[in-house]
Amino acid sequence: MGATPYIGASIKRKEDYRFLTGAGNYTDDVALPGQSYACFVRSPHAHAKIKSIKKDKALKAPGVVAIFTGEDLAEAKVGGLPCGWLITDIGGQPMKEPPHPCLAQGKVRHVGDQVAVVIAETAGQARDAAELVKVDYEELPAVVRAGEARKKGAPVVHDIAPDNTCYVWGLGDKAAVDKAFAGAAHVTTLEFINNRLIPNAIEPRAANAAYSRSDESYTLYVSNQNPHVERLLMTAFVLGLPEHKVRVIAPDVGGGFGSKIYLYAEDVTLTWAAKKVNRPIKWTAERSESFLSDAHGRDHVTKAELAMDRDGKFLAMRVTTTANMGAYLSTFASCIPTILYATLLAGQYTTPVIYAEVTAVFTNTAPVDAYRGAGRPEATYVVERLVETAAREMKMNPAEIRRKNFIKTFPYQTPVALLYDTGNYEATLAEALKVADVAGFPGRKAEAARRGKLRGLGYACYIEACGIAPSNVAGALGARAGLFEAAEVRVHPTGKITVFTGSHAHGQGHETTFAQVVADRLGIPLEDVDIVHGDTGKVLFGMGTYGSRSIAVGGAAIVKAVDKIVAKGKKIAAHLMEAAEADIEFKDGAFVVKGTDKKKAFAEVSLAAYVPHNYPLDKLEPGLNENAFYDPANFTFPAGSHICEVEVDPDTGNVRVVNFTAIDDFGKIINPMIVEGQVHGGLTQGIGQALTEGCHYDKDSGQLVTGSYLDYCIPRADDVPNFKVGTKETPCTHNPLGVKGCGEAGAIGAPAAVMNALTDALGMRDIEMPATPQRIWRACQDMKKAA
Amino acid sequence: MYSFNYQIAKSVDDAAKVISKNADARLLAGGQSLIAAMKLRLSKPSDLVDIGTIKDLAGIKADSKAVTIGAMTRHAEVAASVAVQKAIPALAALAGGIGDRMVRNMGTIGGSLANNDPAADYPAGVLGLGATIVTNKRKIAADDFIKGLYETALGKGEIITSVSFPVPKRAAYMKFKNPASRYAIVGVFVADFGSSVRVAVTGAGACAFRVAAMEKALAAKFAPESVANIKVPEKGLNSDLHAKADYRAHLITVMARRAVEAALK
Repeated sequence: MGATPYIGASIKRKEDYRFLTGAGNYTDDVALPGQSYACFVRSPHAHAKIKSIKKDKALKAPGVVAIFTGEDLAEAKVGGLPCGWLITDIGGQPMKEPPHPCLAQGKVRHVGDQVAVVIAETAGQARDAAELVKVDYEELPAVVRAGEARKKGAPVVHDIAPDNTCYVWGLGDKAAVDKAFAGAAHVTTLEFINNRLIPNAIEPRAANAAYSRSDESYTLYVSNQNPHVERLLMTAFVLGLPEHKVRVIAPDVGGGFGSKIYLYAEDVTLTWAAKKVNRPIKWTAERSESFLSDAHGRDHVTKAELAMDRDGKFLAMRVTTTANMGAYLSTFASCIPTILYATLLAGQYTTPVIYAEVTAVFTNTAPVDAYRGAGRPEATYVVERLVETAAREMKMNPAEIRRKNFIKTFPYQTPVALLYDTGNYEATLAEALKVADVAGFPGRKAEAARRGKLRGLGYACYIEACGIAPSNVAGALGARAGLFEAAEVRVHPTGKITVFTGSHAHGQGHETTFAQVVADRLGIPLEDVDIVHGDTGKVLFGMGTYGSRSIAVGGAAIVKAVDKIVAKGKKIAAHLMEAAEADIEFKDGAFVVKGTDKKKAFAEVSLAAYVPHNYPLDKLEPGLNENAFYDPANFTFPAGSHICEVEVDPDTGNVRVVNFTAIDDFGKIINPMIVEGQVHGGLTQGIGQALTEGCHYDKDSGQLVTGSYLDYCIPRADDVPNFKVGTKETPCTHNPLGVKGCGEAGAIGAPAAVMNALTDALGMRDIEMPATPQRIWRACQDMKKAA
Repeated sequence: MYSFNYQIAKSVDDAAKVISKNADARLLAGGQSLIAAMKLRLSKPSDLVDIGTIKDLAGIKADSKAVTIGAMTRHAEVAASVAVQKAIPALAALAGGIGDRMVRNMGTIGGSLANNDPAADYPAGVLGLGATIVTNKRKIAADDFIKGLYETALGKGEIITSVSFPVPKRAAYMKFKNPASRYAIVGVFVADFGSSVRVAVTGAGACAFRVAAMEKALAAKFAPESVANIKVPEKGLNSDLHAKADYRAHLITVMARRAVEAALK
């Protein structure tokens, strides 16, 4: 085996054979003996009092096993869903945490709020009977928009928050910022809405809960991104069950994008009910239910200002944001528009002082939480829309104004808490300018104009913070969880390896990437390494997958465990070869006595560990199996430059993304093909946010207007161009692989790049996302009128 | 989906008998609208009468005068038909632009017309070409067939068997798609028969309709500029999240102009 044959190689994904041949095992594929099925009765109203629930007729329907309501859960003392991050407001008070019942208690607060669960012999019977559950509602007025939640007279979502305010939080030196603004030569101001998105994983949420009387244990299969966190929250905070008696399995999961990080009411309700009815209960969301009840993303109303000197050097930034939390606090809702948003407002620039104030509000809409990028796309949108607009106002080239303000020396302490370890922003921008053929743009614009079309070019130079860490710092900021990752490397007697990781893959290709890391490190064939994830019954512990953390944190934990294997292997090899441990080196899959031709292959050493006939039993335990926990010293900071080129048909308002270039710095890259795939997916979702995706609730009724694919437009292949992607590497300085993470970057940079291109094409200051053909056409009409 | 009885009709008469007797029975053609509505529990037929195996209902006949398409002919077959491509290329293109691959492989012309979705493509095609809808009982001119929102001239127990399209001198169909559903926000079919011109619009109103002012202008001069300044009043046009009535009215003019341009190519 040569040196590092796997790291850096575009190896085809090991998991794809099972996915592409229908051999995947998703939660809905799991059928348990005595299986029953659940259907949730959901609120048709955005806001209403529950006057009564009549279930007698439904109970008599064919196949019905049981029906439970909020009253049953309250009687059983089942708690509400917890929020995992405590935000302390600018007055030093804790955020408002209203109860989040698993089944509604007296009131419903958004369309789709779960009111009752019907359990029956078949899914169809459960659905039929659910229609017979008669809920008498007294409708109340609803508030759905973030900007209206705090207005006088707005309907009150929770009694404990009479002004619908969860918190008002601030970050940065307000006085210094105000002073810098007062002395600025130029101020660029923008006000915009960061549109609410619905995540739309291909596999809808699903759960199958079972109880075993024989050992009083529970098993929950669930489509989830972090099974250990799900178990911890459910047992310690909601159901009060002994943690060791609950096994959570997240088998193959068909996409998450953040929406499956959280502990949901359905998971808890089914787990509790499984014991009540002593039957396994399965529920798979219908697509319509997913639209209504999955946690949504984004939904900010923002005013952003950038102060500059006369040369376009940034002096200060001031940002005021109202963030919609929805009707209840989802698991990590509170930290998204604060810790993962305001801290990113320095972007790639040396802006010396920044102040951000974030007001989180409750509304009669589905809960809002992390969605691919989680706070960082919103921050990038603020920074990059401001910078591009500033360049236009200052009559500066958009690349030039960025270069003038780039951070050039590392490490760099931003005024908003983060310490960037490495980066080379000029390198990614220079490469992007070349790949996007920015020099040829005027020619392309002129050619488009001859066809009656408007072309525009837009930039976004983003920064993201991945692998949120370290735990003690996060704890000081309000995190109620650790942010490390765990791994176990189990070497079998024959030298084959099973790796158990606390990371979870739901499309990311960990089974390949992680195997590449291990095989490389141990100099063994890739097929000798299997990656196991997603089962609290197998994996020692884990914080799961979100925030592009898996390779940076989970991968580092695996490396730590592998290094322990090598260290122990050296001891065994030293004994076998009668050499001093210090003289053993591990190279190309073998333990070698330095300066000699004496060596023992990895498999020989592992066999000796399990057949310890000739073994230093007085000094060393048999076996070759190591655990590691890795708590990172810092975030990682992927960054990059995106350049988007659009073409608008002013007659119809239709817009096409004709070119998109993304040059990213993800640090060291393990599998370039998988990284490229992640970038493609992220860019597509970013383009989706900019041009097609907009969650729309009716302002008065609170009904979800975009409740199906007839109205909610996730981008399709023909909505995006052939992406031009590339990478520049500045390795992360504080993790053993030098990796930074790549899962969210596309979705973070793309919205700003697209909207900068579109406003360039239209010669306009701003246009609201999603910039649908109708919105663009109207903007063109307004422009004509103004001219 | 609610439970229902499923039966296969052996003949058109057989199917007609069932639906005449049972008002809650529905014909199953390609199922691309009906099955989706049933899955959402918006439609609750007691019986589905599958007419998919009746041989006489599918197939395409074409000569220099007319193209006749059996009711159960799938959109993909119409799109791929060399005979249709030769006789009325605009009709083949229309069929090839309906929905997605699955819809085109399953959906049928008869099903589409009987359903008469306000944003469907075929209603613009039959109205724009002045087609004749042939049923088990009679022949109906397209102008008389399309009545309103999901409403047609079909009576109780009446089943479309084929559709006959006269061959125009030139024609084209231009569609501006809803970005999400990909149905027509506005689709305009323009057909030049030499002595007369027909312009039919789908997606914009309760059902497909003709635009007399455009037809008159194009009959005088079949050129894009003839329709460039003719605006359909926005009153009565559909208005939703994706396109308010004024935008639809504007798009009718743009799509009509582009359809004429395409027809002249």
